[in-house]
Amino acid sequence: MEGSVMSLSGELTVGEAAEFTRKVMKFSREMEQKKLVFDLSSLTHIDSAGVMALYYLRKKLGEKQIVTDLEGASSSVTDKIRLFYPGEEVEIHPLRRPAFFEDLGAQTHHFFSSYVLGFILLASNIFYWGITDVFNRRARRKGEFINQSVLIGANAVFIVVFLTFVIGYVLALHSAGQLRAFGANIFVVDVVVFSIMSQMGPLITAILVAGRSGSAIAAEIATMKVTAELDALKTMGLNPNRFVIVPKLYACMLTMPFLIVFANVAGILGGGLAAYVYLDITPEIFINRMADIMQNKDLLTALVKSQVYAALIVLTGSFYGLRVEKGAEGVGKVTTVAVVVSITLVILADSILGVIFY
Amino acid sequence: MNKEKIIEVKNLYAAYDEVVVLSDVSFSANKGEVTVILGGSGSGKTTVLNHLLGLLPIERGSLFVLGKDISRMREDEQVALYLQMGVFYQNGGLLNSLTVAENVGLPLAQHTNLTPELIDEIVFMKLGLVNLQHAFYLYPSQLSGGMLKRAALARAIVMDPPVLFFDEPGAGLDPVSLEALDRLILNLKNKLGVSIFMVTHEVSSILRVADRIVFLDNGVVAFEGPIREALHSTQPAVNEFFSVMKNENVRELLG
Repeated sequence: MEGSVMSLSGELTVGEAAEFTRKVMKFSREMEQKKLVFDLSSLTHIDSAGVMALYYLRKKLGEKQIVTDLEGASSSVTDKIRLFYPGEEVEIHPLRRPAFFEDLGAQTHHFFSSYVLGFILLASNIFYWGITDVFNRRARRKGEFINQSVLIGANAVFIVVFLTFVIGYVLALHSAGQLRAFGANIFVVDVVVFSIMSQMGPLITAILVAGRSGSAIAAEIATMKVTAELDALKTMGLNPNRFVIVPKLYACMLTMPFLIVFANVAGILGGGLAAYVYLDITPEIFINRMADIMQNKDLLTALVKSQVYAALIVLTGSFYGLRVEKGAEGVGKVTTVAVVVSITLVILADSILGVIFY
Repeated sequence: MNKEKIIEVKNLYAAYDEVVVLSDVSFSANKGEVTVILGGSGSGKTTVLNHLLGLLPIERGSLFVLGKDISRMREDEQVALYLQMGVFYQNGGLLNSLTVAENVGLPLAQHTNLTPELIDEIVFMKLGLVNLQHAFYLYPSQLSGGMLKRAALARAIVMDPPVLFFDEPGAGLDPVSLEALDRLILNLKNKLGVSIFMVTHEVSSILRVADRIVFLDNGVVAFEGPIREALHSTQPAVNEFFSVMKNENVRELLG
């Protein structure tokens, strides 16, 4: 059978392979013979991409009933072709995509069995050890509680105080214009105190702690898991949950109420400053009015919220930290998810508690 | 001769996401011997080890360590068993937030009533065994790879466990450090009668320390027996592995 001959000269490497395949495919559409011979005698160099281009063309042209042949390759080119040319046809099956409802069902089942149940199991385990270890001095890791309290609580004071001060100030500033129009200047105190004490103080604090410590907890636990530190703890007969997570829970639950108190004070100070500057409400008037409207309930609400938020932040961080897949990339991924989820849970919990304590 | 068995694995099956790693694995390890588990990459050596350490849930099969069935065990029984096992992790597995001394002394501090001074003395002695006393106050991040491995070994032997598990102890060590580590392992076996179960690829190490070989291939045990028999095994996978080993040794000798 006579066929067309195509002579290749120079190099056929990753740089030329695309152009080469395109040209051959174009040529094959116009040719009439059913055989194409590649004359490789002037080809000086070929790399794996070049060999695969020849293989690809042979397959594609074969589908059009065009037979291809290689001729006249130098020994170095032949060696390369022998090295890279696939021996047998490898069939790659496309990934089977499940049907929409099948997928939806599987995802929902996975969410409940793996995430919801997993979170509940972890939470019950942590609370069990958290409660029993309060009375068991020996089981606690010496110095770890103080260490974690400093990391989670003390180090967050500055940023919490600064931000709530600014928020309190801005809150009063924005209310000032409206209130002045109605001659109700004094009510700026109500606005500031109520919103800071029951909403802004606890919520802003929790969001900041979730961002700072939630991510740190997730990253630390994920790294410990990836580097087999958690396995090592287990095989030393130490419960990793008890050893690593419980001190963080204690620290967060203990420091969170203090952080919220600092946040409330700073927010009210910020609001007081704006009230003085824009509405001429002196500190005496502000404090007197504040004493009239503040209730014990506000403090109690903040305390309950602080405990719920603290538990949510530590548990979410730990939960995602423990779910890490291999490698450094996994650590980054779970850290991001942990922060997003813990902030979402904190806001959800805030809404629920807001309704309860309304 | 019927030796006392320290580890017994029967019909172990393991799979990750439907990919079967171990289809039916059974073997045993004798007391006072160094048992090395071999096999190509991905043959499931580490999976076997993790099952023995109770780090993976057992789907099918039964595992006995020191005569105790670890597939059905309460948490307190498991802790009691862990106290008789020393584990050496490939990357050390030292806690980065603690110093080397605190790491090594951690099992003592958590499981015994020893005073901190006595714990420090014990830790200093154990670090002496691995020639790492100068790293007493250092943190793991300040150690080199070889030092990390030695610190991890000191921690594994701090409770004087009767059985030690090693996960690729030689990986990434230079030949001199590797030889020192092997000598230490032989000392533990010969002088203290410790039984050792090891996952390793290191050719020279296997020839120096191994008493018994368990060879995994395609999810089953292709060979189990003394090292001398393994070297002359006609089983194709084992034969191939050891012929590569012999060649490497010849090349080593020739420089």
